[in-house]
Amino acid sequence: MSEKKIRVLIAKPGLDGHDRGAKVVARALRDAGFEVIYTGLRQTPEQIVEAAVSEDVDAVGLSLLSGAHNYLFPRVIELLREQDANGILVFGGGVIPEEDIPGLKQAGVAEVFTPGTPTSETVDFLRAHCGGGE
Amino acid sequence: MRQDFDDLLTKGRAGDKRAVARLISTIEQGGEESRSLLTQLWPHTGQARIFGITGPPGAGKSTLTNALTKCWRASGLRVGIIAVDPTSPFTGGAILGDRVRMGDLTLDKGVFIRSMGTRGQLGGLSPASAGAVHVLDACGYDLILLETVGVGQSEVAVMETADLVLVLNVPGLGDDVQAIKAGILEIGDLFAVNKADRPGADRTANELRAMLELGEEEKRSLPVLLVSASQGTGIEELCAALDTQYQYLDESGELAKRRSLRLRSELLTLVREGIEQHLLQPLLDSPTFQQSLQQFQARKESPYLWAAEFVTQIKIGGSGCELHES
Ligand code: B12
Ligand SMILES: Nc1nc2c(ncn2[C@@H]2O[C@H](COP(=O)(O)OP(=O)(O)O)[C@@H](O)[C@H]2O)c(=O)[nH]1
Ligand SMILES: [Mg+2]
Repeated sequence: MSEKKIRVLIAKPGLDGHDRGAKVVARALRDAGFEVIYTGLRQTPEQIVEAAVSEDVDAVGLSLLSGAHNYLFPRVIELLREQDANGILVFGGGVIPEEDIPGLKQAGVAEVFTPGTPTSETVDFLRAHCGGGE
Repeated sequence: MRQDFDDLLTKGRAGDKRAVARLISTIEQGGEESRSLLTQLWPHTGQARIFGITGPPGAGKSTLTNALTKCWRASGLRVGIIAVDPTSPFTGGAILGDRVRMGDLTLDKGVFIRSMGTRGQLGGLSPASAGAVHVLDACGYDLILLETVGVGQSEVAVMETADLVLVLNVPGLGDDVQAIKAGILEIGDLFAVNKADRPGADRTANELRAMLELGEEEKRSLPVLLVSASQGTGIEELCAALDTQYQYLDESGELAKRRSLRLRSELLTLVREGIEQHLLQPLLDSPTFQQSLQQFQARKESPYLWAAEFVTQIKIGGSGCELHES
């Protein structure tokens, strides 16, 4: 119990029903020793932020294949800031066009993992950013 | 640090979920911090009603938690939920999915939900769940619901943490009530058969009643209710039955007895941890102990005698490490 477990919320914002990718990522993170909180489909950004705060997670991973990422990802970040919870890392994945990524990063999304990226990259990324205590 | 906790506690009592979340994380971290927080919380605890809900995986515990909570919210109670899912013994990781069924509650200011992994603890709860219950209690949640891991037979730990235990079963899990083993039957104060919208629920309830009658001759008969968590049928009745059962436990003195036993076991755990950390660990780490181990193995010394002498040393105030130092 001494070593701090990394806790990650994996969420599907909006009306997008594609959940395979989110589940694949959730399983990969579990297998890497993380505690993954999965909230299921069709969550509003408000619900996601409320859950992230209550669960006191280190990071929130958003999965979106519907194309609504340019609105939903920044909205989650904005709400986290309002809750004074901007210490929580936000990252994402799914079908996200290359040209949208710089804008998302500008908005505060730490990293975006698109189809075909091995899940080990996400694991390494989280270890690097959430590993050292804070 | 103390100031810090004070501040979080004040905010938590005012319904600030972030503060409550932080306090629970402190408990999860364990160690000195957690102990000092619990000490500070202690005078503020003992107010909440603590209900446990257990039963086989997929029985609908999370869905029922969602439904029951809405019922309690309608009567104005603040509800805290601790939902436990299994941690993989191989990787230490976990997928905590109980929230999937509780989406309705997420934005309710009067409901706090926390997911926990078992983190190696047997018995269906998490090492930090008892402490998290204290946090929610001190933060003024009137009712605390503990959803155990659904293994169906070993979640008896919930009995040591909750005032009252609801055991959930479902039709169609194979042979009669086999999914619910004897140990689980004994910890129930109340039983419900979920998925009453499905065929066979009546039969499962009757089998359960028959099994309960076999075991409990002197005790009053325990209620078995039919509900459908996803359709919302039978929920108000179950809510009322939980109330009645709680009142019965309270009035009969059983509640006070359980709480006193719980305190006793919590205290014993703390003392054992202290003994392990301060008396046993130094011994295990000492070079003389390593030597003694070799002596045991060579059958030159007896571990039985050694252990007895160790305890004697401790009793007269030594550390135990001076044994066989010569
Ligand atoms: C399977 C599939 C479906 C299945 C979904 C089953 C399910 N439960 O998931 C079904 C048949 C139901 C379906 C339906 C639809 N689909 Co569809 N579907 C696909 C398809 C072929 C594959 C998606 C998939 O499961 N991939 C496998 C998983 C493992 O990969 P992944 O999700 O991409 O995840 C990986 C990465 O993206 C990343 N990742 C994903 N999420 C996250 C999150 C985090 C935090 C991280 C770190 C990483 C990460 O890691 C994963 C592993 O590498 C894609 C096309 C494609 N090639 O992507 C279209 C696609 C996503 N669908 C599409 C559409 C349009 C639809 C429909 C609207 C079709 C319709 N008109 O009805 C519906 C909508 C359904 C709904 N309710 O939302 C479009 C979306 C277009 C867009 N973005 O503009 C796509 C891109 C097809 C296309 N080229 O047009 N679909
Ligand atoms: N038919 C039916 N399905 C239900 C009912 N309650 C829950 N379920 C379903 O049973 C599955 C498991 O529910 P969940 O609450 O996650 O069970 P848990 O593992 O015991 O927490 C889900 O698919 C629920 O939708 C019910 O009353 N009737
Ligand atoms: Mg559950």
